[in-house]
Amino acid sequence: MAAEKMSIAKALNESLRKALETDPKVLIMGEDVGKLGGVFRITDGLQKDFGEDRVIDTPLAESGIVGTAIGLALRGYRPVVEIQFDGFVFPAYDQIVTQLAKMHARSLGKIKLPVVVRIPYGGGIGAVEHHSESPEALFAHVAGLKVVSPSNASDAYWMMQQAVQSDDPIIFFEPKRRYWDKSEIDTESIPGPLHKAAVAREGSDLTLVAYGPMVKVCLEAAAAAQEEGKSIEVLDLRSMSPIDFDAVQTSVEKTGRLVVVHEAPVFYGSGAEIAARITERCFYHLEAPVLRVGGYHAPYPPARLEDEYLPGLDRVLDAVDRSLAY
Amino acid sequence: MTVESTAARKPRRSSKRTSAAKTPAKTPEGSGPQLVQLLTPEGERVEHPDFEIDLSADELRGLYRDMVLTRRFDAEATALQRQGELGLWASLLGQEAAQIGSGRALRDDDYVFPTYREHGVAWCRGVDPTNLLGMFRGVNHGGWDPTTNNFHLYTIVIGSQTLHATGYAMGVAKDGADSAVIAYFGDGASSQGDVAEAFTFSAVYNAPVVFFCQNNQWAISEPTEKQMRVPLYQRAQGFGFPGVRVDGNDVLACLAVTRSALERARRGEGPTLVEAFTYRMGAHTTSDDPTKYRADEERAAWEAKDPILRLRTYMEKQDLADAAYFTALEEESVALGKRVREVVRAMPEPDRLAIFDHTYADGNPLVDEERAQFAAYQASFAEEGN
Repeated sequence: MAAEKMSIAKALNESLRKALETDPKVLIMGEDVGKLGGVFRITDGLQKDFGEDRVIDTPLAESGIVGTAIGLALRGYRPVVEIQFDGFVFPAYDQIVTQLAKMHARSLGKIKLPVVVRIPYGGGIGAVEHHSESPEALFAHVAGLKVVSPSNASDAYWMMQQAVQSDDPIIFFEPKRRYWDKSEIDTESIPGPLHKAAVAREGSDLTLVAYGPMVKVCLEAAAAAQEEGKSIEVLDLRSMSPIDFDAVQTSVEKTGRLVVVHEAPVFYGSGAEIAARITERCFYHLEAPVLRVGGYHAPYPPARLEDEYLPGLDRVLDAVDRSLAY
Repeated sequence: MTVESTAARKPRRSSKRTSAAKTPAKTPEGSGPQLVQLLTPEGERVEHPDFEIDLSADELRGLYRDMVLTRRFDAEATALQRQGELGLWASLLGQEAAQIGSGRALRDDDYVFPTYREHGVAWCRGVDPTNLLGMFRGVNHGGWDPTTNNFHLYTIVIGSQTLHATGYAMGVAKDGADSAVIAYFGDGASSQGDVAEAFTFSAVYNAPVVFFCQNNQWAISEPTEKQMRVPLYQRAQGFGFPGVRVDGNDVLACLAVTRSALERARRGEGPTLVEAFTYRMGAHTTSDDPTKYRADEERAAWEAKDPILRLRTYMEKQDLADAAYFTALEEESVALGKRVREVVRAMPEPDRLAIFDHTYADGNPLVDEERAQFAAYQASFAEEGN
């Protein structure tokens, strides 16, 4: 397949199909992932082609899904499990934190748990409560887990390929409001490492760091700023654990200014970690304090208020202006 | 007597407590469940219509030896904790028959998911008992390779491993193998959602797994009345698979019932719940003080049902072992205790940098960075010449 335009949803579907074709140990598990193809249709058609034994509709029990996936991994399988929505992962949080994350270390390296936990996350789709959250920091905080999120179709395809091949458990956050955004993808190219950041747009005056759904917002902000003569670099983090601090450092040493943008609440969010580390690494390069734009320390609001809660173009530009004003 | 009401086997509850209770008087123990027993507390062999066993004298002596050595190892570990050599110990005292009986029912290719108290099962699997002590001494979180003996690491979060066992069993079925999987858990864990989810998943996928619950009557300080309203084994029916209550202090019955459940799993007939009705003779762990919450008389009543004593009585009555056998076993037991003490005391302190080892299988730059910082910090003391 040469380069073509594809939605993130389709790219994930193609990637999972490829994984099932390539490795007979790969399994798909989750609620409604079979006939329905998942509520977002990411696994559409996979059960039809690979059978109920490999694309498994599970009981509605998230702890059970992750707990049995751990058991299957111990038996030599490579389960890719779907949590239907971000806010529904918490029944599985115990299994993820106390077992999935720690079993490799507990066994002194003898056990490997190649489990991918897919979680559609973030807001912007007008959903009811528990369907719009961004809990990535709760997972990034846990040693033993790796946490990633693609922002475009090409990354969705390749990062899923790499996640399935990883011998570490991966929490794979999918930006649900971008599922239908199309972008160019080449399934024959050679991807970069899973946990490296990518420069989404080059610039010289300020660095915007984002991941998942916020990359698009930041690119739009950078384009708008360009019209005002400001040159903004946008760094797509791609991986929230580990974080490619070297890439952030390189960019900040060039621009001297950093704004981190994510949907998740800023309090204890990944922006806090990036700000702390970059302040340490780039203290003498910084022209302004590292600023953060994100959600508030409040429950995710009802859908009619979410546009106020989520960082949009104007809030990002406001932070850009504040940073440049120092 | 092959079947008896367990109510008769429990000390009577005080009338004061019963009348004060607002909850129904019916308790799990009081509802007259069927208890599979093949060897009475008095050491009499009895028959059961559904479960039979025919063991050679050698096999019986083997089970006796397993229980005696396991108890000795356990006592040694408790003593080592009291001496400060271990930080904690979870004693299996009183549960030897449940563990040896079920453990000896397993084939090599079967897979075991234990809690943190299955020292007797570990023994049956050939795990060196001293390997169990590393985590209690604080030198590691589990020192054995689970794949060597198909004996998973101890799981401390109660009930979690029942889901791992179910998933593993789903994998066994996918592989078309005829191995079986056994998940150990306790009466306390039976209240956990994970256990209910494991029952659901195993039933839905017809997974070849045996859920072996050692109901030792106490979840730290909480009695079974605080965990359940119906006898535990009856819960299986609601999930669509059989449940059976076995005398957990009867090694023959535990062996027969577990064998039967494992065979059922191998035949592709799905999960079974075995409730081994037993008693935790010691504390929950060495940090616990059971005198604060349970009566001495209760323990004394269970003392009379000791799993080792009843098999010894039977063997002696049947002339299955002579004095030389018991003397040799005592010597072996003393030697095991000595070896355990020596190995524990000689366990090397873990390397400081081991903190960072095996956090990830594929590595992580953050871990590398923090390891290097920590190593440099430690090295700075050496440079200063202490």
